[in-house]
Amino acid sequence: MNNQKGTETIENREKGSTNDDSFKNLSGFKIKALYGPEDISQPGREADLGLPGEYPFTRGIHKTMYRQRPWTIRQLGSLDSPSKANERIRQLLQMGANGISLCLDMPTIMGRDSDDPLAEGEVGSCGGVAIDSIEDMRNLLEGIPIDEISINFVSNSQSSVILSMFVAVAEERGVPLEKLTGTMQNDILKEYQAQKSYYFPPRPSMRLTIDTLSFCNKHLPRFNPISISGYHLASAGATPVQELAFTLANGFTYVEEGIKAGLSVDSFAPRLSFFFKVHNDFFENIAKYRAARRIWAKTIRERFEAKDRRSCLFRVHTQTSGSSLTAHQAENNIIRVTIQALSAVLGGTQSLHTNAFDEALSIPTPRSEKLALRTQQIIARESGVINTIDPLAGSYYVEALTNQMEAECYKYFKEIEDLGGVISAIEKGYYAKIIADSAFSYQREIEKGERIVVGLNEFFEEEETDIELREADPEFEREKVSDLVALKENRDQALVKACLNEIGEVCQGSDNIIPYLIKAVKSYVTLGEIIGVMKEIFGEYREDSIY
Amino acid sequence: MKKKLSTGEMVSRLLAGDRRAAARLITLVENEMDDHHEVMSLVYPYTGKAMILGITGAGGAGKSTLTDHLIGKFREQGKKVGVVVVDPSSPFSGGAFLGDRIRLQSHSQDDGVYIRSMASRGYLGGLSRATYDVIRIMEAMGNEVVIVETLGAGQDEVDVIHIAHTCLVVVTPGMGDDIQAMKAGIMEIADIIVLNKADLDGTDRSLRHLQGALTAGSFEEGAWMPRVVPTVSTANKPEDLQGIDELAATIAEHQTYLRKTRAIDRVRYDRVEQELGLIFKDELQKIIFKGLKGTGKKREYINSIIEQKNDPYSVVEEVLNTYLLPWE
Amino acid sequence: MNKGRKRRILIAKPGLDGHDRGAKVVARALRNAGMEVIYAGLHQTPLQIVNAAIDEDVDAIGLSILSGAHKTIFPKIMTLLKEKGASDILVFGGGTIPKKDRVELTSLGVGEIFTTGTDTHVIIDYLNRTLET
Ligand SMILES: Nc1nc2c(ncn2[C@@H]2O[C@H](COP(=O)(O)OP(=O)(O)OP(=O)(O)O)[C@@H](O)[C@H]2O)c(=O)[nH]1
Ligand SMILES: [Mg+2]
Repeated sequence: MNNQKGTETIENREKGSTNDDSFKNLSGFKIKALYGPEDISQPGREADLGLPGEYPFTRGIHKTMYRQRPWTIRQLGSLDSPSKANERIRQLLQMGANGISLCLDMPTIMGRDSDDPLAEGEVGSCGGVAIDSIEDMRNLLEGIPIDEISINFVSNSQSSVILSMFVAVAEERGVPLEKLTGTMQNDILKEYQAQKSYYFPPRPSMRLTIDTLSFCNKHLPRFNPISISGYHLASAGATPVQELAFTLANGFTYVEEGIKAGLSVDSFAPRLSFFFKVHNDFFENIAKYRAARRIWAKTIRERFEAKDRRSCLFRVHTQTSGSSLTAHQAENNIIRVTIQALSAVLGGTQSLHTNAFDEALSIPTPRSEKLALRTQQIIARESGVINTIDPLAGSYYVEALTNQMEAECYKYFKEIEDLGGVISAIEKGYYAKIIADSAFSYQREIEKGERIVVGLNEFFEEEETDIELREADPEFEREKVSDLVALKENRDQALVKACLNEIGEVCQGSDNIIPYLIKAVKSYVTLGEIIGVMKEIFGEYREDSIY
Repeated sequence: MKKKLSTGEMVSRLLAGDRRAAARLITLVENEMDDHHEVMSLVYPYTGKAMILGITGAGGAGKSTLTDHLIGKFREQGKKVGVVVVDPSSPFSGGAFLGDRIRLQSHSQDDGVYIRSMASRGYLGGLSRATYDVIRIMEAMGNEVVIVETLGAGQDEVDVIHIAHTCLVVVTPGMGDDIQAMKAGIMEIADIIVLNKADLDGTDRSLRHLQGALTAGSFEEGAWMPRVVPTVSTANKPEDLQGIDELAATIAEHQTYLRKTRAIDRVRYDRVEQELGLIFKDELQKIIFKGLKGTGKKREYINSIIEQKNDPYSVVEEVLNTYLLPWE
Repeated sequence: MNKGRKRRILIAKPGLDGHDRGAKVVARALRNAGMEVIYAGLHQTPLQIVNAAIDEDVDAIGLSILSGAHKTIFPKIMTLLKEKGASDILVFGGGTIPKKDRVELTSLGVGEIFTTGTDTHVIIDYLNRTLET
């Protein structure tokens, strides 16, 4: 503060630097040529930093961070068929992954069985696994120690059904539910805001999310029932600060809804987890994590009056940026992923998924997948960045950015509040507009050469990369459909009908739906059938924002 | 690859209800291509019987959503429906983003419904002369109802009353004081005021305002007194919709009124008068500019105005005397 | 007097996938380039897309497909266009589509397929060039 001399020097240097405005991060903040003590020395902010493992957790949620245990290396284990995915999971575990993410194929994501006419051509798509019935869940998890390995189900609108299948299989295998770890993404709000894989209007969707939360709260105490996801907001175009603000606002909304459902904040907030994307700007991304931890902790303690310190912990899984990968000169993506992964680690992530470099072209090959995994191992074992905790703390730049991120976030919170909260802002098209605007200006910046993507708008080469690609299995869809048709023929039809009727009734009432779904999936009722009945009761949502 | 059909062939396909022919002819009149006038003359005998329904109101008021429901009502009565949705063109690029189809999806597989998005292409107030032609083509195609959706927020954007037999103005509760400001304009153009989004706060208040304004207004004995119909046009389940049946009934009532009192004659007269005016304006301008073409005169006139040697009115008078009235 | 025909382009996102970032960015860019863009939105079936394209008399249909469904959707659209006598409408696309498949689609008469991240000017130039006649 009394560093008069320092200030002068900095100002002088700033004047000397040319073209100030052109240094901007992805959130659009202007970046100064030099940061100094005066950038972080606002009075009363000392308490905002604290120590790792201490409120407000800016420096990390654990006292020991990676010295005790590095982050979870969590890679994608899905593949079109449940048994092939099972094989892939085993390989990943054998290569040293200690967590698995499972994506669903497009029909499952949209609540449709493989034999649905609208599923044609998309069964097993997007490197996701097709889940129609409990039989698929059995095959998927066969021989996998589900009480030891945490599985992250990238499942949203259909989460109540997927959880029910997971629980049903655990019960069959005699695994006590309290031992199940893992995560259900189950974040419905961001579906309306960005990813657009919704079936019902927001209100009934929220009820299913909270039913899942309440059920886990009672029976699966080690399982994360919601993973509040900024990743998809960012992929749709949100800037880092928008990702941060919208994700946190969604998180607070789930807390409110949980409390409304009669749960105490400290009973479920410790099990809420988050999912971030790493953007290209290295330091901006780090600041995002630090600001996130601080805002979450403060709000949970101050506004929701949590007493348990674990409620205040912003625990986050991270994935490198799929949308930053280029189809041209695809090998360059290896470097991008490495830099992004390092940024996530310096930001203090709890778990990390590194993308395979060939994803912009097609489903990753075993070779590219292994490379992605090794990238994390090299950072963890060789780079030395895990030797000390939050090594960037005290950096004038990183602390100033962290503060700025935090301040900007509150502006977005205010806008959302003025619109009547998150759901109402969704209905008013708020997110659709902001995200489309951000996506468009990003594209324009690239086209004007204000932002460089190597190999795309600079150092472009006409030649397309010639790399080995994994072929989708053309036979899979036909086989999956015929298996499903057979399964549907050979089950107790009266029981199926009774289960579906019951689900319809429960949807109209307010009982927790999960026990009824567990019963149904055990009777071989399929996911598409369940969602079909729910649609009849809840109605269907149609996006109509046009920006 | 493009098969070039003669104008006559296209029109006979249109009369048989062919969608592709209709679509092509609409493009042709929209772009004022060479055989535009011929097309309209060929089509004209097959027009004049459809009911033309105008729907206007502020952006996002729910015009398309209501249109989607009304299409359903007319289809129940077995009527074929054409819809023209007019959206503004960008004044900067001349391009347009036409997204209303997203909200007009319930009938996307129904052969009895033809929907066309149109950009206003620089006509203030939304409706160009081409809109009249597009409606005619839709009539000739066999549509018994043609719905015209246009954006209209202020008092001066009232073109739609000239084009439609029955004119709906859609307002929403939140508009509160705006309604006060717009009242005069609305009352003049609306046959039916739709208070949409009646599920939102402030509905009762707005309803009172609107009804108050109507009773305060003076209407001739036996004349149509505008109605207010509250509606809820989006709902998760069909049974939660409100006011759609009432709206359809009120439209039918207005139609009956028009026919019974012969008020329709007046509407038709006004409509043609308006249309003629628009055509004259366009065509005269074309004739004049054609006359000036190649003479270098146009540039001369414009420069003389810029340099303040002349004023626009004197120029127009001079030009008219030279190119239009020499035979007088 | 011909004023010069405005280009009309239908942009749609067929299939089950909802990632509409690319479709929206391209729609805006074409609008800013002076074209009339009819935006058909998410989850459209091939039949809905072809019907809309015919009714709107568009010059081209742009399809954004990231889910791997291109192998079913493009051929269906091409067949429907043919059945309805509308093969003169240009079909182009964008998304995660491997080169090998792009070659196959071209042989069906599909126009250019742009990979994600393509400069929108490239798309605009392509349309201006191809629709010239
Ligand atoms: N709450 C509520 N929302 C509605 C109602 N009717 C329409 N909406 C919503 O209002 C928004 C705009 O609806 P549109 O039908 O597109 O309105 P429009 O007047 O055609 O809009 P533009 O063509 O863009 O001027 C959509 O999000 C609809 O879902 C209603 O009765 N209640
Ligand atoms: Mg509309």
